[in-house]
Amino acid sequence: MATDTAEPAASEEIKAIPVRHPGRWVAVAVLIFLGIAVGNSIASNPRFQWGIIRHFLFSAPILRGVVVTIELTLAAMAIGIALGVLLAVMRLSPNPVVASVSWVYIWLFRGTPVLVQILFWYNIAALYPRFGLGIPFGPTFAHLTTGSAITPFVAGVLALGLNEGAYMAEIVRAGIISVPEGQTQAAQSLGMTRLMTMRRIVLPQAMRVIVPPTGNETISMLKTTSLVSVIAVTDLLYAAEVIYSRNYRVIQLLIVASLWYLVLTTVATVGQYYVERHYARGASRELPETPLQRLRRNLFTFGHSTEAVPEASGERR
Amino acid sequence: MSPPMVKAEAVRKRFGRLEVLQGVSLEVEPGEVVCMIGPSGSGKSTFLRCINHLEKIDAGRLWVDGDLVGYHQVGDKIYEQRDAEVCRDRSEIGMVFQGFNLFGHMTALENVIEAPVHVKKIPKREAIVQARVLLERVGLAHRLDNYPSQLSGGEQQRVAIARALAMNPKLMLFDEPTSALDPELVGEVLDVMKNLAFEMKTTMFVVTHEMGFAREAADRVLMMDDGRIIEEGTPEHFFDAPSEERTKQFLAAIL
Repeated sequence: MATDTAEPAASEEIKAIPVRHPGRWVAVAVLIFLGIAVGNSIASNPRFQWGIIRHFLFSAPILRGVVVTIELTLAAMAIGIALGVLLAVMRLSPNPVVASVSWVYIWLFRGTPVLVQILFWYNIAALYPRFGLGIPFGPTFAHLTTGSAITPFVAGVLALGLNEGAYMAEIVRAGIISVPEGQTQAAQSLGMTRLMTMRRIVLPQAMRVIVPPTGNETISMLKTTSLVSVIAVTDLLYAAEVIYSRNYRVIQLLIVASLWYLVLTTVATVGQYYVERHYARGASRELPETPLQRLRRNLFTFGHSTEAVPEASGERR
Repeated sequence: MSPPMVKAEAVRKRFGRLEVLQGVSLEVEPGEVVCMIGPSGSGKSTFLRCINHLEKIDAGRLWVDGDLVGYHQVGDKIYEQRDAEVCRDRSEIGMVFQGFNLFGHMTALENVIEAPVHVKKIPKREAIVQARVLLERVGLAHRLDNYPSQLSGGEQQRVAIARALAMNPKLMLFDEPTSALDPELVGEVLDVMKNLAFEMKTTMFVVTHEMGFAREAADRVLMMDDGRIIEEGTPEHFFDAPSEERTKQFLAAIL
């Protein structure tokens, strides 16, 4: 049999009728029904007192609490990330003393409850009523009373940040060791110093592994900050507690607080998505779709096949 | 007379109990192209990595361009070099790896300008002009803005060669540069290397199994086995009449 290699034979296009998925439509119908039932129950139950929730949702003390919660989260995560990078690099240091100091830190701060650490920093004045700036065993230049420097807010940030540093250290370390050894060798063979190799070559590529769990930690931190209500920092939860201790609308104010926590974690989730996308540069041939692109694709293909529409994923950077 | 570009005297290196290099002595003159062949595990790559101090030697002496690698000698005392000095010496030696090792988060162009800008402190604009010339020379003028994951193996290796050349090295080390490539991509990398050897008169030390390249471009071939150089000669010598039994076996297996 002779095959014509010069010109490919004309091929007939496949025009098949797509497989129908009736099961999907049944599932959708059941879920919509359940959704309406739950929604109806929530809307029609007068004990929810939606008017009160609406009233307090944007009240000044709650909004101030939201701001404090955001401040606590940002400050604690900033300390945590900076400390985490430092501890991770220390842990991978060839100097055994430096590496063990990092290990002990992680052991100590990861091994005790964060609530205990919050109370500890809040009560630090019992151990050190005053502290000064100066040379150890030498002269001191300035004195401060601990009570005035360690306000409840500072105690909260310290406790959350130092605790977070221990977790971030492990996340960063995992990221660093995920970067292939060859990258370090190539950088060294070009004459880059250890520090430059870490900063320019290893850490940027480690980010792809570091960012998702860090987003997770940030979301977790947004909620963990509520623990500082025990030392009377007026964060979101404490603001709600103060109000319901006067008007006894406990559930309503907890719903108010929950709604705000949801808003904050949602914003953090979206932010994480775009940071991840940024660091995916070079890691895969095509960048992942944005949620909008994915939504558009799913809308078009729902009920038919799930194959990706190629044109929707063609965007670069 | 200028000192040899590389000079090794009874170099030894052990990993734990395994002695990988058992007294390697050789010389590479400036402008020379030397190929090193030998079975895997014979210590070729280790020796190459010793030349730019990615591995520390345990005994013997190793010089590049007249200077001890990793140490400096005052009288009869030998001092270990500080990190900055090791880095400066490395920046004058280009290295190309079997696995390319391009920086994955940077485009081809960014890979090439990285070391000139950050190690040599050349103004970025100047480095870009130079990098474009180099990438054009390796035939990749149209691939400047692609990330390594978007390039074929042969293209990645050619970017890696351009990256090493960007530091204007006095010596180029190649560690099995074509071993990880699909057969049809080997040629394009070897062409770039031949160009370096013939046009640019670059001093090259190449660990390779490409006997065709050795025959065409090498001034000398060294055969390594079990941490020792067992035979040395012109490429013709190796093709026509290798003297050692071990060399004959090895060449019969790879040709």
